[in-house]
Amino acid sequence: MSEIETFYDVMRRQGITRRSFMKYCSLTAAALGLSPSFVPKIAHAMENKPRTPVIWVHGLECTCCSESFIRSAHPLAKDVVLSMISLDYDDTLMAAAGHAAEAAFEETIEKYRGNYILAVEGNPPLNEDGMYCITGGKPFVEKLRHAAKDAKAIISWGACASYGCVQAAKPNPTQATPVHKVITDKPIIKVPGCPPIAEVMTGVITYMLTFDRLPELDRQGRPAMFYSQRIHDKCYRRPHFDAGQFVEAWDDENARKGYCLYKMGCKGPTTYNACSTVRWNEGVSFPIQSGHGCIGCSEDGFWDQGSFYDRVTDLTQFGVEANADKIGIAATGVVGAGVAAHAAVTALKAAQRKTQTRTEKEEA
Amino acid sequence: MSEDTIHIPNPKSPPPLETAQLTGDATAEDIESVRVRTSVFVYEWPVRLWHWVNALAITVLCLTGWFIGSPPPSMQIAEATHQFVFGYIRFAHFAAGMIMTVGFFGRMYWAWAGNHHAKQLFIIPLFNKHWWKEIFFEIRWYMFLEKEPQKYVGHNPLAQLAMFGFITLGSTFMIISGWALYSEGTGRGSFADMVAGWFLTLVGNSQAVHSLHHMGMWFILIFMIIHIYVAIREDIMSRQSMVSTMISGTRTFKDDRP
Repeated sequence: MSEIETFYDVMRRQGITRRSFMKYCSLTAAALGLSPSFVPKIAHAMENKPRTPVIWVHGLECTCCSESFIRSAHPLAKDVVLSMISLDYDDTLMAAAGHAAEAAFEETIEKYRGNYILAVEGNPPLNEDGMYCITGGKPFVEKLRHAAKDAKAIISWGACASYGCVQAAKPNPTQATPVHKVITDKPIIKVPGCPPIAEVMTGVITYMLTFDRLPELDRQGRPAMFYSQRIHDKCYRRPHFDAGQFVEAWDDENARKGYCLYKMGCKGPTTYNACSTVRWNEGVSFPIQSGHGCIGCSEDGFWDQGSFYDRVTDLTQFGVEANADKIGIAATGVVGAGVAAHAAVTALKAAQRKTQTRTEKEEA
Repeated sequence: MSEDTIHIPNPKSPPPLETAQLTGDATAEDIESVRVRTSVFVYEWPVRLWHWVNALAITVLCLTGWFIGSPPPSMQIAEATHQFVFGYIRFAHFAAGMIMTVGFFGRMYWAWAGNHHAKQLFIIPLFNKHWWKEIFFEIRWYMFLEKEPQKYVGHNPLAQLAMFGFITLGSTFMIISGWALYSEGTGRGSFADMVAGWFLTLVGNSQAVHSLHHMGMWFILIFMIIHIYVAIREDIMSRQSMVSTMISGTRTFKDDRP
C-alpha cells in the first residue's frame, strides 16, 4: 500500500458513500466521452493509484480559473480535486501561508521529483527580468522554471497560461509570455478559456489520473475532446444561422426570438471550446443562451481581435476603426478612380493624336 | 465566275489576294490590311477554359464571400427548419472554392503539359535582363511616355508579373486560407484539416484568418478592375488582339512592323 492516499481514501474520509463514488465515476466517463466499460476502470484507478501530486502556481492572472475550478458541477469533483491540491501546493487555496507555504512547495518538488503535475494559472512577465510578478519574494518566472524542471507534465490553465490573455494584449508592456514559450522541454497541455469550463478542468485532471497519460491533443496542444469543435458547430441557435435569421440589434424582435447572434459579432464561429455542449454552472446556460455573443475567450490573442461586437475585425494598423471592408472599398475606389483617369487620359491622347494627324494632312 | 457570285463584291475593286477573298463591303484598304495582318495560336483550350471557369468562380466567391462577412437582412420565409438562405450562400461559396481549387491544380498541370505560353503564369524570368527592360518599357507605355506599344505573343512582362502576384500567389493564398476555414466546419482529422488545418495554427486565431481571407478578396477584386480595364484598353490601343485571344486562343496582329 502506498503511503500516499488514493482518491477513494480521500473521498471516503470525507464521508462520501461508495454509491456516490460510483455515480461520480459514471458521470466522469460520460463527460470524457468514454463507453460504460470504462466506469470500472476509472473506479479502479481512483481506488488504487496513489493520487497524482499537483503543484498549482499562480503568475499574472485574475484567479478566475481557480474560481471556475472550485465550482465544478460533478457531484464530487471539487472535493476530490480540492483535497488533492490542498495536500500539496496551491498558494491561493492552501491553508498554509508565507514561509510554511514555500516550504511545502519545495518539499513537494523534492518528494515527488519527476512525478508531479505542474498546473500553471497565469503567465510570467519577462520584461525587467520578470519583476512585474513577484511571488514568495522572487520573480514568478524563476519559480515557474524551478517547478517545471522536475514536473512530469504541465497544465496551462486558462487563456493566460495558454496564450497570454489580457496582460499580453498589445502592446504588452510587461512582456507577459505564455507558458509554452518559457518552458519548452516538457509536455504541455493547454486548457484555454477565461476561465476554462469547470468540468473541462476536472475532466482533464481525471483523464490524466485514470490513464496515466495526457489526453489526445490537437495541433495547438489543447485536449481534443473539449476543444476540437467550435462553439458554432454545436450551438443550439445554429439553425437560425443556416436559415439566415439574425439578431439585427440588441433587444429587437429577432433577439427576443433567440435568433443567431452572428451579426452582433458573436465569435462562436471562430472559437474552439465546449461551452455549447457542456455549458456553465451545472449546465444551466452559456453566453449565447443568455442572449450575448461569444467573445472568443479561449482563442489565441482574443483581446487583439477588435471589438467583441464586430463580425469583420477592425484593423488598427490602418488607423482608427478601419476594417477589411473599409480598407478594401478605399483601395478599390482609388484603383477604380485611377483606372477611370487613365482611360480618360488615353482617350484625350488618342483624340489629340487624331486631330494632329488630320491637321498635318491638311497642311501637307 | 458569274456576275451574281458574292465573291466579286465590287466590280470597281482591285483583284483581291488569293488568300483573302473578301466579301461584303471590303475596300482596297481592307485588303491591304489583310495582307499585313498576322496571327499566332497562343492559348490552348485548357488555358482558355480555366480562365473563364476561374473568372466565374471568383465572381461567385466574391459575391457570396461578401455576404458571409456581412449577411443580408434577416428573412422570414419559413420556420428555420425549412429555410436555408445563409446555408445556400455558404454552399455556393464552398462549391465555387472547390471548383477554383481543382481548376488551379488543373492549370498547374497544364503549365507542365501545355505549350510554353502556359508556363508564363508560374515561371518568372527574374534573371533575364531583356525581360526587365521590357517591364520598364511597359511602365512607360502605361504612363503615356511611349508612342507605340510592343507586340507580344503571350503576356507582356508587366502583365506576367501582375498575373503572378495577384493570381498565382493570390489564388494560392486564398485556396490555403479558404481550405483552412473550411476545415473548421469539417472538423479535426478531415481531409480539409489535414491539408490546410496547419494554416489556422500558424496564424493562431481563426478570427485573424477570417480577416486575412477577407483582405485577399479585396486584393483579387483590385486585380479584376485593372485586368479588365487593361485587357479592353489594349484590345483597342495596342497592335494586337487581347479579349478575343482568350476566347479563340489566337493572337492576331494589326500590322507587320517590328
